[in-house]
Amino acid sequence: MAETARPQIVLSDALVMQTPPLADWLVVAPLVLGFAFAALCLMTRKNTAGQPALALTGLALMLASKIGLFVHVLTSGTVVMAMGRWLPPFGITFTADMLGATLALATGIVGLAVGIYAVREADNTERRYGFYPFLLMMLAGVACAFLTGDIFNLYVWFEVLLLGSFGLLVLGSRPEQLDGATKYAFLNLVATTLFLVAVAYVYGLFGTLNMADIARKAAEMDQVGPRLTIAALFFFAFAMKVAAFPLNFWLPASYHTPRIAVSAVFAGLLTKVGVYALLRIFMTIFPGDRVDLAVAIGVVAAATMMLGALGALAQTDMRRILGYLVISGIGIMLAGLALGSATGLSGTAFYTVHSMIVMTALYLLVGVVGAKTGTFDLARAGGLYTQMPWLAAIALVLCLSVAGLPPLSGLWPKIYLVKASIDVGVWWLAAAILVSGLVTTIALMRLFTLAFWRPSQFEPGEQGVIGQAGTMGRSAYPILIALTALTVIAGVYPEPFIKVSDRIAFELMQPTGYIDAVFGDGTATTPALTVQ
Amino acid sequence: METAMAFLGGLYFAVSIYLMLSQYIIRILLGAALFSNGVNLTLFTMGRITRETPPLIPPDAYVGTPDIANGLPQALVLTAIVIAFSLFAFLLVLVMRSYQELGTDDTEEMRRAEPRDEPVPPLGY
Repeated sequence: MAETARPQIVLSDALVMQTPPLADWLVVAPLVLGFAFAALCLMTRKNTAGQPALALTGLALMLASKIGLFVHVLTSGTVVMAMGRWLPPFGITFTADMLGATLALATGIVGLAVGIYAVREADNTERRYGFYPFLLMMLAGVACAFLTGDIFNLYVWFEVLLLGSFGLLVLGSRPEQLDGATKYAFLNLVATTLFLVAVAYVYGLFGTLNMADIARKAAEMDQVGPRLTIAALFFFAFAMKVAAFPLNFWLPASYHTPRIAVSAVFAGLLTKVGVYALLRIFMTIFPGDRVDLAVAIGVVAAATMMLGALGALAQTDMRRILGYLVISGIGIMLAGLALGSATGLSGTAFYTVHSMIVMTALYLLVGVVGAKTGTFDLARAGGLYTQMPWLAAIALVLCLSVAGLPPLSGLWPKIYLVKASIDVGVWWLAAAILVSGLVTTIALMRLFTLAFWRPSQFEPGEQGVIGQAGTMGRSAYPILIALTALTVIAGVYPEPFIKVSDRIAFELMQPTGYIDAVFGDGTATTPALTVQ
Repeated sequence: METAMAFLGGLYFAVSIYLMLSQYIIRILLGAALFSNGVNLTLFTMGRITRETPPLIPPDAYVGTPDIANGLPQALVLTAIVIAFSLFAFLLVLVMRSYQELGTDDTEEMRRAEPRDEPVPPLGY
């Protein structure tokens, strides 16, 4: 063969040439750990006694890696890692900015808490049918959705977490579970497919799937029409995923049907992934189109928070009250996105993390109440205050925290959001936040009064139907105390938490920082922090 | 070619949305299957359709010719097909199981999780 002149191939044009620093590998650690331990649990699923120890090790390691990642992002700015060494926009990137790292950290806390609670709750049959592998894969999916920097990859993570959640939702196969799962599965499938349609249009319009690259090209594009269409389609798809009014009906139909540990992890994490995706798409990728859709987002936010609060007031099942409160919280998170100011986004970021922790804790608390009284029905539960005064104290703190009363963590983000609404003169959004807070307080105080203060409604000797009373309460205490302590600390001493949420808001307001981090040398730091 | 494919994709979406508006689960299931196929067609079309130039680099060249077909949408469609297939398989089993357990495929009658005759919440202490 004749020697042809070889053109000079410069590998550094397309590939990352130097090995990334060791700390950067933390970006992919949740993925690696989650799937490795899920596979191990799957292989040893017949050893039902050994499952929890293995899974909890995995969950603890995932939490440790997320703490590491959070500290790394906090000290050295946005961390970028390119898969297969291909430089962006060719390779899939994992990009952890402050928002992604913080939410991933909260995911780790919720995951470990629920994993510990489930040790008592998930029985041997459920362990054999893969409770822990599903949980680990779903948590890996949630964490990777927060960390990926590629929009098609985000779709894949949505499907990963969706499949894990399907598995968790139907474990046990009770009739009401199958009913709830059918509605949950179809609605979520349609929502993710709509998301994929929007991704297809993004690819057709911009020719790229890397979020930073799309953001760069979208900013240069002067045609508003196609871009706004895509942004509206994204909003529609994710509004369905976060259960925003009027696409919320699947959530109260399904979230109360599985085991409490499963309900808790769903309520804590799944809808928040949708909120994250909305923040990423409307703040980082299409900031211009957020302005055009701001009024629509604001109306949806106000309607969602009111509907959630009123729905909670109309329920008798404690788990369904909480389902509606999840919806109400989504409305409050969307309010910050509608406002789009630094104060509003900071409130949204703070509220999202607060809601992840506190809603999980409330579901676990209701699980203990159910195990103790034998019913989730508010008409029959009662008498817990005399039996378990400490549980009652925890319940009161958590209820007040969700309602947003001082001195707990729900207060500060709501102050931020109300201030941000009044700053731009959107009085109706501020009113909706305050009125929905009042209605939420009424709904939760009714729960507290009836389930705790009222004497027991059962005849002596009569038992409820839910088993596991006794042991459940004691093993759940450390988790409930830890989660409650978090909300108290964040409420009494909010300074460090507000610093983080202000920085998240600052980064979201300046998408160029995200873009530069991806296309720079991979070690670009966030510009100096100057909030207000 | 892209225009024709766009109309075909639109037809898929129209049929699938019509099916999904039904109250019977089996039709919703068929609608969901068609829906994901409509998306696959859309994804494929969005990569622009070029005919008969495979994305291969000739043996004596180091870069491909500028008019070669786009390989990326095929990777995307392949991923989407696999995911849609696994979800469809899950839904199929779920629908079968819930038909066995609940004895109906009518969503109006599937009210186990949200009973129609739920009592009003306690109004007093």
